Amino acid sequence: MIPEIGNFALILALCVALVQGVVSIAGAQLGIRSWMELARPSALAFFVFIGVSYGCLTYAFVTNDFSVKYVVSVSNSMLPLQYQIAAVWGGHEGSLLLWALLLGGWTLAVAHYSRNLPLEMVSRVIGVMGLISVGFLLFTLFTSNPFDRLLPAALDGRDLNPLLQDPGLIIHPPLLYIGYVGFSVAFAFAIAALLGGHMDATWARWSRPWTTVAWVFLTLGISLGSWWAYYELGWGGWWFWDPVENASFLPWLVGTALVHSLAVTEKRGGFKNWTVLLAILAFSLSLLGTFLVRSGVLTSVHAFATDPERGVFILGFLVVVIGSSLALYAWRAPKVGMGGRFQLVSRETFLLTNNVLLVVACGAVLLGTLYPLLLDSLGLGKISVGPPYFDSVFLPLMVPLIFLMGVGPMARWKQASIPDIADRLRWAGAVSIVMALILPFVMGRWSALASLGFALTFWVFASSVVNIRERMAATRKNSKAGLLARIFSLPRSYLGMHAAHIGVGVFIMGVTMVQTYEVEKDMRMEIGDTVTMGGYTFRFDGVTQIEGPNYNASRGQILVSQDGKPVTVLFPEKRTYLVQTMPMTEAAIDTGLFRDLYVSLGEPVSNGAWSVRVYYKPFVSWIWAGTAIMALGGLLAVSDRRYRIAARSRRKEAKLKTAVGGASLATEEK
Amino acid sequence: MRFLLPLGLFTVIVGFLWVGLSLNPSEVPSPFIGKPAPDFTLQQLHDPQKTFSNKDMLGKVWMFNVWASWCVACRQEHPLLVQLSRAQLFPVVGLNYKDERENALHWLREDGDPYVLSVVDKKGNIGIDYGVYGVPESFVIDKLGVIRHKVIGPLGPAELQDCVIPLVRELEKATAESPISDEVKKACA
Amino acid sequence: MRLMSSLSAVFAAVLLLQVPLLAAKEAVPMAKDPVLEKIVNEIADELRCLVCQNQTIADSDADLAVDLKSQVRDMVREGKTQDEIIDYMVQRYGDFIRYRPPMKASTYLLWVGPFLLLFVGLTVLILNLRKRRLLTGEQDAALSPEESDRLTQLLKTEKEKNKS
Repeated sequence: MIPEIGNFALILALCVALVQGVVSIAGAQLGIRSWMELARPSALAFFVFIGVSYGCLTYAFVTNDFSVKYVVSVSNSMLPLQYQIAAVWGGHEGSLLLWALLLGGWTLAVAHYSRNLPLEMVSRVIGVMGLISVGFLLFTLFTSNPFDRLLPAALDGRDLNPLLQDPGLIIHPPLLYIGYVGFSVAFAFAIAALLGGHMDATWARWSRPWTTVAWVFLTLGISLGSWWAYYELGWGGWWFWDPVENASFLPWLVGTALVHSLAVTEKRGGFKNWTVLLAILAFSLSLLGTFLVRSGVLTSVHAFATDPERGVFILGFLVVVIGSSLALYAWRAPKVGMGGRFQLVSRETFLLTNNVLLVVACGAVLLGTLYPLLLDSLGLGKISVGPPYFDSVFLPLMVPLIFLMGVGPMARWKQASIPDIADRLRWAGAVSIVMALILPFVMGRWSALASLGFALTFWVFASSVVNIRERMAATRKNSKAGLLARIFSLPRSYLGMHAAHIGVGVFIMGVTMVQTYEVEKDMRMEIGDTVTMGGYTFRFDGVTQIEGPNYNASRGQILVSQDGKPVTVLFPEKRTYLVQTMPMTEAAIDTGLFRDLYVSLGEPVSNGAWSVRVYYKPFVSWIWAGTAIMALGGLLAVSDRRYRIAARSRRKEAKLKTAVGGASLATEEK
Repeated sequence: MRFLLPLGLFTVIVGFLWVGLSLNPSEVPSPFIGKPAPDFTLQQLHDPQKTFSNKDMLGKVWMFNVWASWCVACRQEHPLLVQLSRAQLFPVVGLNYKDERENALHWLREDGDPYVLSVVDKKGNIGIDYGVYGVPESFVIDKLGVIRHKVIGPLGPAELQDCVIPLVRELEKATAESPISDEVKKACA
Repeated sequence: MRLMSSLSAVFAAVLLLQVPLLAAKEAVPMAKDPVLEKIVNEIADELRCLVCQNQTIADSDADLAVDLKSQVRDMVREGKTQDEIIDYMVQRYGDFIRYRPPMKASTYLLWVGPFLLLFVGLTVLILNLRKRRLLTGEQDAALSPEESDRLTQLLKTEKEKNKS
């Protein structure tokens, strides 16, 4: 009964989405106010229905309703409760429903936080999101309905893939999807602007915080996935350039470009066409990612739930959504104005160069990801494109980007001078070079790549410090306050930018250190055997058999000591899940600020001895700390006073029915 | 005009994705088609005293079938191979791949032996030489010892009827390394 | 339950530490020759495990990956170079086995593409910037005195509004 309610709610949600999409947009185009006013209530209704539907599916999981096909395919009665709830998005059908739920959530958020926006704009934005919902719900209902029954019911389920039974993987997909779906807001704003024909700086200001929030979630989602791979796959790799990883990385690269280009459009009114195109691309790439993951056109370690028939449907959906928006773009974009004037050397130029580099990087990843498919469909043979390719084309594109990251914030809008910037950044350059020369020797081994990595890291750090100091010197007002207080009195969006940049530096530091100075040993250990690396001694104290809720495991015990003093005890496991009988490696990690100690259990070799892999990974946690700082930077930026004040004052003005935006708008349009 | 560029690019990508949907990304074509089969001399399964070399088959069109008793998919194609051997259309030589001799002999006793003989590749070295990556695999080899076709995975009745048998017939008629007719080529593609 | 067991394990470990470490000896590496193994792994990192979804033969434990790795090991021991070993694999399994695609006619676009794209992107950017300068040159020269007065006025009122 409950699954039927869920199914019915899903159908109702589809109907509402149709109204939301068609009526709101038609209303805005025809200028019918009562139609436009339907946008907000329909967004709420959509969220309610999709929420009920999602709730029903979760209920089916929690109550072990094995008459529902989807529940049988990804759950099991022995599965712990938290994984049963997470198993809802553990397979294809449920992931789609989660997508739709999140889309509903974003739409509702737009409806709620857009009180001060012109009604026409709001109804267009909500309408576009409604049309996207229609597409997703059609896809769900026709090719992948999670509520399909299984008659007769199964006795028990086939269980959730053991790889996914992990706290990291409980939250990784939702975060990633929030990011993916979040770009639909920027997309909808762009389409609304194209439809309405009003594209100005206010448009950029409205869509900027939404874009940043989506970017934050995508950053966290990707980062969490990488962290999961690190501790779950048993050898501590954290990025494999797998097609599915690339699928999430593509919108991230374009999204990052979009965040920067929105700054140019908002502050200077320039390059609106380009910004609009990026907004369309960011979401298009999110959809393409879904297609690549779900259709099975590419082989990937993550290729669960693939089906060519679904592929045809998603491809059709892609064609409709992306094709029509690019066609709209081709039609409307030529009429958009130029925006403010600036010189060849100016912050605008640096930001645009950053955009070129990011988009080219995205193009390179896309090319590498699709190239095997391209050759195969032309009948030119089969090839594989893997990490060696991506490493060798990606790095040369990132080096200038990171360099510009230090330069860009130093340049003034409109007009800057290179000698002036060079002068102001000279000691940042000096710090970077000195560190590049010294650090490899401190670490005990010189390598060109490590040196480059350190140079970039400290270039980012030092140039940020220089920039913040300059900014503080310019605002000497409360010079008596403490340094930290003075730093935190700077605008949040400014701090956010630097936090994000410093996050990149932290990330590079982690990557450089672990790539160059990691120590790995694959040992045969008997009870009492020791192995020493990085100043730590690891002693193997044997293996015991333990029973988990739905698995059996061999658990090794390894005592780690330093200078004879115990540091920690690590318990790496080798699990065998009962239902899918899949061996899983659970590495044991002692995480530290400057190093991770990483132990994974291999196979029993002979009488009591096991093969054990021990790793010393310097600075590896900086990789994820860096991405977390980037995300924090994004959050700081959206919490800027400017948005709150702008929102508040615009709300007031809206009440007085005077167009206040018009004032700043008029100057921008000049 | 330049505003149409994104749309154009997208159309091209969609075209490739569309074609890509009907392809199998995990099937690896053999680089051996049209090249001489790698040489080997191996012990025979039934009589370890005797050896067999691929050169012994020069002048005949034959099929080289990689199998193992532990291989589930081999069970699927086995009855078809047995039928084929009864029809005596062409000789099939088996490569018993990384198997236990006892198990292999047991399998042939229970389910029938479609092979003129089987050779033993205990460590899988010859498998690597032939680029075997999934068992079963079958190679069609012509009179000059050149590999003309490779079947990856279990051989199905349709592929046998439409591709392998006509191909073997043509190869048997041919005197030198003559081209295969388009018809057969199409059926085997 | 879990907490208890890990607590007791820690306790046991501490107890063990009290006992003089009679049995303690250096563990031996799994590989007989770690230097050789390092070279083998470098090569294995470039090769794709054909039966896996998307893994190198270094990372995979599939039978074929283990066989191929031992083949690589044998060849390194025989003194074959990395190129020779990769050629050997390509002869048998085709280019599909290489994670670093070879440079040839069908892959020029793959290898050159990103840099071509960068070149085109930067050229378009520079041309665009030049053109903009010409187009916006006169029209946006500067704000007239009246205009700039109006602007400061506007900014002032906005600021006051914000304070309130």
